[in-house]
Amino acid sequence: MKKTYTVSVFTENSIGMMNRVTIIFTRRHLNIDSITASESEVPGVFRYTIVLRTTKAQIEKVIGQLEKVIDVIKAFVHEENDIVHQEIALYKIRTETLTNGDVEKVIRKHHARVLTVDSQFMVIEKTGHVEETQLLFEKLRPYGVLEFARSGRVAVTKPMKELSAYLEEI
Amino acid sequence: MTTKTTGAQAVMKSLVAEQVDTIFGYPGGAIMPIYDALYDYEDTIKHILVRHEQGATHAAQGYARTSGKTGVVFATSGPGATNLITGLADAMIDSTPLVCITGQVDSKLLGTDAFQETDVVGISMPITKWNTQVTRVEDIPAAIAKAFYIAKSGRPGPVLIDITKDAQFGEMEFQYEKCTTIRSYRPKPKLNKTLLEEAAILINKAKKPYLLIGQGIMLSNAEQELLNFVEKSGIPVASTLLGLGAFPNHHPLYAGYLGMHGDYAANIKTNECDVLVAIGMRFDDRVTGDVSRYAKQAKVIHVDIDAAELNKIINADVGIHADAKEALTLLTELVHQKEHSTWLQEFRDLKKVEVETLQKSTDEAFNDEIKMDEVIKMLSEITNGEAVVVTDVGQHQMLTARYYEYNKTKSNITSGGLGTMGFALPAAIGAKFGAPKKTVIAIIGDGGFQMTLQELGTILQSEVNIKIVILNNRFLGMVRQWQQMFFEKRYSFTNMVSPNFIALAQAYSISAKKVEYREELKESLLKMLNHKGSFLLEVMVAKEENVFPMITTGASVSEVRLN
Repeated sequence: MKKTYTVSVFTENSIGMMNRVTIIFTRRHLNIDSITASESEVPGVFRYTIVLRTTKAQIEKVIGQLEKVIDVIKAFVHEENDIVHQEIALYKIRTETLTNGDVEKVIRKHHARVLTVDSQFMVIEKTGHVEETQLLFEKLRPYGVLEFARSGRVAVTKPMKELSAYLEEI
Repeated sequence: MTTKTTGAQAVMKSLVAEQVDTIFGYPGGAIMPIYDALYDYEDTIKHILVRHEQGATHAAQGYARTSGKTGVVFATSGPGATNLITGLADAMIDSTPLVCITGQVDSKLLGTDAFQETDVVGISMPITKWNTQVTRVEDIPAAIAKAFYIAKSGRPGPVLIDITKDAQFGEMEFQYEKCTTIRSYRPKPKLNKTLLEEAAILINKAKKPYLLIGQGIMLSNAEQELLNFVEKSGIPVASTLLGLGAFPNHHPLYAGYLGMHGDYAANIKTNECDVLVAIGMRFDDRVTGDVSRYAKQAKVIHVDIDAAELNKIINADVGIHADAKEALTLLTELVHQKEHSTWLQEFRDLKKVEVETLQKSTDEAFNDEIKMDEVIKMLSEITNGEAVVVTDVGQHQMLTARYYEYNKTKSNITSGGLGTMGFALPAAIGAKFGAPKKTVIAIIGDGGFQMTLQELGTILQSEVNIKIVILNNRFLGMVRQWQQMFFEKRYSFTNMVSPNFIALAQAYSISAKKVEYREELKESLLKMLNHKGSFLLEVMVAKEENVFPMITTGASVSEVRLN
């Protein structure tokens, strides 16, 4: 049965690392729903958070293959209940739409915040799960969204033990 | 005053530091500085000039497999590098340690579509154990040290280093430090004693234990440990294609060759044993047949140095991430001395059925014509199963695996996982450089031979002594067999018109002979083996011989067919 899995991969910072990680998925015809990568709390060690839908058997094999990549330090897979995750979305809308009181209500209701206001446009930020950022997008769309950008998922695990223990070793 | 070393010289010095004695390669624009540096090492390093870069990779594979060392390849950028791809993929799937060094255009030209520029690091990423591009001269020694460490340690594999021309021309103060550890890479698993104890309990209780071995035995130099274990536990041993040679085939506990064209007993007994012990093998689909009906009745113990192989295809009741040598040593201490004579007799009974059935059907079908398997049997007998036998891919490969009695380790060189036609001729050349004292025989079909026959030029120039047996059935035999069995005999493009192989060999100053009649087969094989220098023997064999036993696609190992 297919489920959503979140994969955390810790790697060295070497050229082509993103490619080395993603070809493991490509080869197995697995489509990645989202991927984020940036430096972890350990300088020089990068953390990839990859979200995809697949089966448990397949994802466990993928983890094995990821760990075989020389510059991969460690890979973990988590089910939705094992992690706390978040995404960030930015929405650019025309400043003048704010004169319509409804937009303010929408922003309030969704606990979004205004990052910047220009004479022409304003940028709203919303963090949350993908359904939440998507919902805000749907609500703002009638007023005209000039630009919309969403990060992939970032996640931390609920049982932190294995991760921190491993990173300490490095 | 310290003398400066160029990047190209640093490559050579690093290779010397890694005790490299043989390189297979082909020069070209982007690797010219390295070839220039190589010119000064003529006395210490043998460079074998191949005729195509694919040949260099296969030769390096042959060298690595017979010598147990890492094969080294040089090639230039662009087409030189892309020609390595088949060999890299082959070495990757068959766990063969290679270090391939490619020249690359000047770093300032990267990404500009410069002449002979290709993204070889990108292309080879999925088919190398590790690869890297070096653009700074000072990074060369460390990259090479890392490459050799990665290629040979853990589960071996091919590594590629792409060095830009400016890095080759640059200057540095040379210092070499061997690589012994990489923090993100743990090639040597810690032996888990508890798991081995669990395995030993299962083995000691077993009534019908069965051991499957793969190339991992040879890669960890565990041949003696295997023998000790088998002789103490009394467990019959079957081998995968690449495992052949790890256990002497004349041993009474040798149960045969596994897989699609493996032995009747070896396959059937997989589904009758009560404990299945697999060491240094990866349950390839050609070994397992239908996995959903594979060894379901048995408790499975799987030992492999590659953790990702455990539970990849077959779920193990006891999965042991370990080096075969270490695991076997401890396991031997833990198991009881036993004999399983009734169980062994069952193997022998099936063997008898197999021999009689096969003999009868082939005798009826091909009375006068020479059959491939009789050539192999005769060759095995004459050489006492002690030659290094290099095979290509197809019917002759399966028949050699079945009928050559491999009694020496590292004596079976073939393209297993990738099934690369054209592998054998260059691999045999390399195998001879890796084992100069051994007789090296390449057994090749008429199709595969024509894929890399340009390497006859390498034989001529390097004066290497290999014996080439072409089993010519005027067909791409294995594909034809499938067409016969599964495509209603629609022989779509499998008939092969070949050149005069004898004249071809002679054009390269290689002695050659064609055999058409059974009466002249033995004397011709002897003539070939006794000949000083390389020899090509073309044997005209029956056109439509089929390889049996056979497990057809989707069938279970217990459904292995004899005709």
